[in-house]
Amino acid sequence: MKIKVNGKDQSIQKNAVSISDLLKLNKVESIEMVSVQLNGNFIDKKIFDKISLKENDELDFLYFMGGGEK
Amino acid sequence: MNFTDIQIERYSRHIILKDVGVEGQIKLLEGKVLVVGAGGLGSPAALYLAAAGVGTIGIIDNDVVDITNLQRQIIHTTPDINRPKVISAKEKIEKINPDVKVKTYHELLTTDNINDIFSEYDFILDGTDNFPTKFLINDACVLSGKSFSHGGIIKFDGQTMTYTPGNTCYRCVFNSPPPKGLVPSCSQAGVLGSVAGILGTIQATEALKYLTGIGELLTNRFLIFNALSMSFRSVHFNRNENCPVCGINPTITELKLEEMPVCDL
Repeated sequence: MKIKVNGKDQSIQKNAVSISDLLKLNKVESIEMVSVQLNGNFIDKKIFDKISLKENDELDFLYFMGGGEK
Repeated sequence: MNFTDIQIERYSRHIILKDVGVEGQIKLLEGKVLVVGAGGLGSPAALYLAAAGVGTIGIIDNDVVDITNLQRQIIHTTPDINRPKVISAKEKIEKINPDVKVKTYHELLTTDNINDIFSEYDFILDGTDNFPTKFLINDACVLSGKSFSHGGIIKFDGQTMTYTPGNTCYRCVFNSPPPKGLVPSCSQAGVLGSVAGILGTIQATEALKYLTGIGELLTNRFLIFNALSMSFRSVHFNRNENCPVCGINPTITELKLEEMPVCDL
């Protein structure tokens, strides 16, 4: 099925892929470093493995970025 | 407020902008912006705020200039090495524009001083390098109804958002600081110097828009860019009702500097 990740189309296998699975698929090392928005809503990390993705879901991964000073 | 002839010349490129004009320039000259951190983001931001004629610029930073800073922290120069960043920044700002009053704070931002310092400013520009302070700035602004610009950079990437009261805050996106050691800092992972310039300049632009009341701020969206592909992406989002500081049942009602949990990886 087709979903959108960070604005780009991505094809994934149909059998119940969770947000956790998708993060692994996209080589995100730790769920602690990313915030996930699914169809416009932030998802609690605790339920990343309980949410099954559906056709045409849109996800955004937002990563921590520090910055500036040192 | 009356402009002098010299000011009319100095700000002529602003004044001829239909959306800024004399009125907008007066708002800038009466505006007060605090730059937190005179580093990679704060340097370009402070330079542009100064040139634009923001009347009061506050700079808070407890650090001194180090040679490793000079690759991107363009408000500081080689002879400034070992001098307090706030002093170095103040001198450059005053050279660029004598209209600007600079207030310096050679200290760390803490739960004790943050509200007093923030209360003197219209807009806060976060150019800090650490997450506990980023979350502290967010919480102080949410709890006191102050607007700020968040900025983050690493390697070739940058991100920024603007908070104004009633809109999505940084904690709506990121619930709490990441575990210590998980997210590398610029000193660990590196950063292309000009990436700091791009991001800090966007933050300064948001401050100028906020003061003059023009355009659409980066509220309820995150601007993310990657310099290698030179692509910019805007991610829209709504307020998070579970946000610990601005959600329906907030658990953060007073300021606390959050320690970063130790990474268990």
